[in-house]
Amino acid sequence: AFFIFNQKGEVVSNSDVRSPIITLGSTSFFHVRVNNLYVVAVTKCNANAALVFEFCYRFVSIAKSYFGKVDEEAIKNNFVLIYELIDEINDFGYPQNSETDTLKTYITTESVMSSNFAAEESSRITVQATGATSWRRGDVKYKKNEAFVDVVETVNLSMSAKGTVLRADVDGHIMMRAYLSGTPECKFGLNDKLVIDKKDQGGGDAVELDDCRFHQCVRLNEFDSTRTISFIPPDGEFELMRYRATSNIKLPLKVIPSVTEVGTTQVQYVVTVKTSFSNKLSATNVVVRIPTPLNTTSVDCKVHSGKAKYVPAENVVVWKIPRIQGGQEVTLSATGALTSTTNRQVWARPPIDVDFQVLMFTASGLIVRFLKVFEKSDYQSVKWVRYLTKASGSYQIRVRGTYRHRSL
Amino acid sequence: MSGQGSQDAKFFQRGKIQEFRAELQAAESKDKKFTKRKTVLKKIVANITMGNDMSPLFSDVIQCLSIPSLEIKKMVYLFLVCYGRSKADHISRVIPSFLEDCEDRNPLVRALAIRTMSYIPTSLVVEEIADPLRHALKDKDPYVRKTAAICVAKLYTADPRKAERSGFVEMLRDLLLDTNATVVANAVAALSEIGDRQDGVIFRLNLTVANKLLAALGESSEWGQIYILDSLLRYVPDRHEDAELMAERIIVQMQHANSAVVLTTIKVLLYLMNYMENRRLMDYICKKMGPPLVTLLSSGPEVQYVALRNILLIIQRRPQVLKNDVKVFFCKYNDPIYVKLAKLEIMYRLARDENAREVLAELQEYASEVDIDFVRKAVRSIGRLAIKVSTAADDCIKVLLELIENKVTYVVQEAVIVIKDVFRRYPGKYEGIIPALCENLDALDEPESKAAMIWIVGQYANRIDNADELMDDLTYTFLDEPTEVQLALLTAAVKLFIYKAQSDTSKALVHKVLKWATEEIDNPDLRDRGFMYWRLLAINPAVAGEIVLAEKPAITTDADRMDRGALDQLLLHTGTLGSIYHKNPETFIRGATGKALTDSPALNAASRQVLVPVSRNNMLPPTAIRIPGPGPRDPRKTVPPPPMPPSDGAPVPSAAPVAEASDLLLDTSPSQEGGDDGDADGDGDGDEDYSQAPASAGGADPYANLDGAFGNYMADEPRPQQSGPLF
Repeated sequence: AFFIFNQKGEVVSNSDVRSPIITLGSTSFFHVRVNNLYVVAVTKCNANAALVFEFCYRFVSIAKSYFGKVDEEAIKNNFVLIYELIDEINDFGYPQNSETDTLKTYITTESVMSSNFAAEESSRITVQATGATSWRRGDVKYKKNEAFVDVVETVNLSMSAKGTVLRADVDGHIMMRAYLSGTPECKFGLNDKLVIDKKDQGGGDAVELDDCRFHQCVRLNEFDSTRTISFIPPDGEFELMRYRATSNIKLPLKVIPSVTEVGTTQVQYVVTVKTSFSNKLSATNVVVRIPTPLNTTSVDCKVHSGKAKYVPAENVVVWKIPRIQGGQEVTLSATGALTSTTNRQVWARPPIDVDFQVLMFTASGLIVRFLKVFEKSDYQSVKWVRYLTKASGSYQIRVRGTYRHRSL
Repeated sequence: MSGQGSQDAKFFQRGKIQEFRAELQAAESKDKKFTKRKTVLKKIVANITMGNDMSPLFSDVIQCLSIPSLEIKKMVYLFLVCYGRSKADHISRVIPSFLEDCEDRNPLVRALAIRTMSYIPTSLVVEEIADPLRHALKDKDPYVRKTAAICVAKLYTADPRKAERSGFVEMLRDLLLDTNATVVANAVAALSEIGDRQDGVIFRLNLTVANKLLAALGESSEWGQIYILDSLLRYVPDRHEDAELMAERIIVQMQHANSAVVLTTIKVLLYLMNYMENRRLMDYICKKMGPPLVTLLSSGPEVQYVALRNILLIIQRRPQVLKNDVKVFFCKYNDPIYVKLAKLEIMYRLARDENAREVLAELQEYASEVDIDFVRKAVRSIGRLAIKVSTAADDCIKVLLELIENKVTYVVQEAVIVIKDVFRRYPGKYEGIIPALCENLDALDEPESKAAMIWIVGQYANRIDNADELMDDLTYTFLDEPTEVQLALLTAAVKLFIYKAQSDTSKALVHKVLKWATEEIDNPDLRDRGFMYWRLLAINPAVAGEIVLAEKPAITTDADRMDRGALDQLLLHTGTLGSIYHKNPETFIRGATGKALTDSPALNAASRQVLVPVSRNNMLPPTAIRIPGPGPRDPRKTVPPPPMPPSDGAPVPSAAPVAEASDLLLDTSPSQEGGDDGDADGDGDGDEDYSQAPASAGGADPYANLDGAFGNYMADEPRPQQSGPLF
C-alpha cells in the first residue's frame, strides 16, 4: 500500500537529491519533483518502482489538467478536490482509473448534490470508468469534426570536440487533438518500416524506427499482427505515440566551435552555426549557450545576427538568434578576458548547448501518410498535420579541451 | 461553490477545536445550501492536512453525515478514515449511515461507502462490513465490484483469518472470471497482495486461468495490465510450449506507453524464458527487449533510473541484450547524478574489445566533471576497464597517469586504488609508473588509497630505490592511522624487510612496527597478525619470504557478474524496489516474502542447477556475502548488515571468518581475485555458455565476489538504510 502526499516545498533541500528513492528501515520513499513541490509516495512493501513513478507522473498530469498548473498555490486552493481525486485514482495503493476525461465526468470542481445526481447517470459513468474504452465518453458532439496531429521530434545530440557524433537520436512524440463526435474509429499510417529487427537498411524514403510505444487506446494486438495503428481516441489532446529513431538522423543545425586560449588571460571563441535544411524552412528561437571558464571577467562578443551576451552568474555566453533561414550560416566571435587566479577552481568544461525549433521538418524523416476516421454517422472530418523538430538542453557539442586545468 | 478559481488556500490556518465546534453549530441555522458547514469542514480538513489533531471534533463532524451533499459526505469520510481507528468506540454511531449508503441507488455512493468502511479496520467495522462486502462483490455494477475486490485485500490485512472464514478469498477467485476486465485486474491485485503475505494463502495460477487473465489484458487499463502481467509469475509452465506461447502473446505489451507495463512485461518474459527450449524464440525475445529498454531512457529521470538499475541486472543474465548499444548509455551533461552513476556501471559492463576505445574516451571526459562521486566512479571505471579488456589496458594506464598529473586530490586517490589492482592483473607490465605514483604520496589522505599505496610500496620495495625512506615517513603516524592503514603498513614493513634484509632502516622499521602492533594496539586482528609475522620472521625468515611474497593469483573480472542463481531470483523482482537495490526484498523489508523459480519439468537444466530453494528463506544470495578482505578495514562497517532472522545465519556468516583468515595469511591487499571459469566477458549468447560455477561454490569461494575486489567500489551503490532508528 502506498500513499501520495504533497509535501510543501520547505521540507527538502532541493540541490542535494542523490537518488529519487530512499529506504529507511522497511519504509521506502519515492519522490518526483514538480516546480517546487515534491510528490512523495511511501510504501512498506517491495513496490513496483516503475509503477510508483508512472503514477506520480500521472498524478501531476491529472492535477495539471484540473488546475492548469501544479504549484503550492494550486494544491492549497484545491485540496479538497485533490483528496477526492486521490481517493478515486488510487485504492489501497493500487492505481485505478486515471483517465482525465472520465474522471472529469464525476469528479468536478463544481459541487454536486447527491440527491439530484441521478443514479442512471452514475451507472453510465461507472460503466465508462471500468469499461474497455475507459478513456472516452460516448456522448461527445462537435459541429465541426477536426483532428490535429502534431509530430514533435526532440533531437538529442552529443558531439565530441573533434566533430564526431557520439550519439544522435530522436525522441518523437505524436500528439493528437481529436475533436470528433461519437465513437470514431481511427487508422493511422506513417512512412515507417516498422522493422524493429534492423535487417535490411535503406529502401525508399521509409524511416526506420528503433522502437515505438503507444497510448493505451491503440490496439496492440492488431499492431502486432498487421502493423496497423488503429484506435478509438480519447476526446481532446493526448499523446498517441512515442518513438525513437537513431539511423539516418538529419541534424538540422551544425555547430562548429573553436576555442583558443591566448596566453593565460584571454580566450577567443569562434562559433559558427550552419543550417542544413531546405531554404524554404527556418530555425527559430535559436539559443546557443557557450560556457566560459569560471575566472572569466568579461566577454566581448561580435555577431552579425541575433544578440549575444555574457551572463556572469551562469558562466555562459548566451547567443540568441530569432531566425536562421535554411542554407544560411551565422558566426559569433568573442574574446573573453580571464583574471589570473592562483587557485583555479575545478571547471567541468560543460558542452556548448543549442536550443532551437524547426517547423515542418522532422530529423528522422518521418511523415504521416494518412489518418482515417470512421464513424457510424459517417461524417466528414478535417485533419491537420504539423511537424516540429526541436532541441532543448539536449543538443550538446563538447568543447576541445584547450583550457583544461593544468598542473600548477 | 468551489469553481475553477477556487481560493481554498486561505483555510490553511491553524484553528482551535472549540472554534470549529462553535462554527459548526452556528452553521446549522440558515444554511440552505450547506455552504457554511462546507466551509468549516474544509477548514477542518486543512488542519488535518497540516497534521493538527482534529479528533476531538468526532461527534460534531459525524453529524454532518445526514447532509445530502456528496462533497460534504466525502469530507466526513476523509475525517473518519483519519480518526476512525483512534475513536474506535465512537465508530458504532456511523455504522448505520455506512450501511445505508451501501444500499444507495447510486453505484458511486455504494462504492464510496464500502471503500471508506474498509479503510477503518477496527474490530467493529470488520464485523459489520462482512455482509455489505459480500453483496458488493456480487453487485451488478462493475465499479462497485472492482472497488469491493480491493476491499477484500484491506480486510485481509486487518484480520486474515476472519477474511478467510467469511469466504472472501474464494469470492475473489470467482471474480478472476468476471466479464469486466477492470474487475478481473483488481481481483488479481487483491489476491496477489494476499498471496504475498507470509501468513497469506498461496496464490498460484494454472494454465486455464492464466489464459483467461491474458484474455482480459487487452481490455484492461494500463494499471490493470500491470496487475495481470505481474500475476503471471504465479503460473509455472509444465511444458516448454506453454511458456513459449504465453511469451508470444504478451511480447507486444512492450510497446505500451506506460513504462511500468513495459518493465513488468519484460519481467514475465525473462521469467518464462527459464522454461523455454526454443533457442530461436529466446533470441528473438532478447532482440525485441533491447529497443523498449532503451526507450525507457527517454522517460522522466526517475523512471530512467529504475530502468537503468534493471538493465544492469538484465545484461548480466542475458548478455546478448543491448550488447551493441553502449552508446545510448553515454551520460548527458545534464543527467541527474543518480542517472549518471547508474549509466557508468552499465557502460563498464558493456565494454568489450570492440568499443573499449569509445568507452575510455567517455570515461576520460567524465573524469574532469565536478561531481566528486561521479568523477571517482569514472576513474575507478577506467581502472576496471583496464582489468577487464586487456587490449585497452595500455590506453587506460595512459589516461590514469594523465589524470594523476592534474593533482586533483580525490582523482589521485581513486587512481592509486585502481592502479594497485591493475598491477595485480598484469604483473610485470606497468611497474614502470611507480615513481609517478610515489610523487603523490602526500596527496593521499583517505584510508583506502593510502592502504593501496602502501601495498604498492611494500610489494615493489625492491624496485623503489627509496622504499625504506618512504616507509619510514609513512609509519611516522602509525599509531594514529585507521586500522586499514595500520594493517597495510604492517605487511608492507615485513615485505620491505624481506626484500632489504641487510638495510638497517628496514630492520629498525620492521622492529618498530611489530612492537607497536603487538604492544600498543588493541585491535586483535592487528595484534595477531603482528605476532604471526614476528614468529614467522624469528623462526625462519626464508619461509616468511615465501609466504608473504607468494605469487598472487591474478585478478580477473570474470567473477564480476552476480551468480546465476541469485540473478534468476533477483530478476523475479524486475521493476520493483528489490531490483533497484539489487537485493532480495526479504533482506531489507520486514515481512516480505522471498521469491524463487519453481521447479517444473519445463525448467531448463541450467536454471535448475542453480535453483535457490524457497524454503531456506534465502536471506542473502551467496554472492551477496561481502568479504572485503580483513574485516575491520571494511569501510562499510558502519552500516550494520541487514537483520537476519535467527533461523538462517548459520551457514552464511561462518564463511566470512574463514575467508578472512586465509586472506590474512596471503596478503593484506583488499583485493580478491575471481575464479577463472566463466567466459571472457559475456559475449556469448546467453545461458548456455554461461559456465559460472554453481551457486554453492560462490558461497565457499572467498574470491568469487567482486565487491571485495574493488574495495569499497560499491560505496555509491544505492542501498536501503538499515540503521535508521526511525522504524
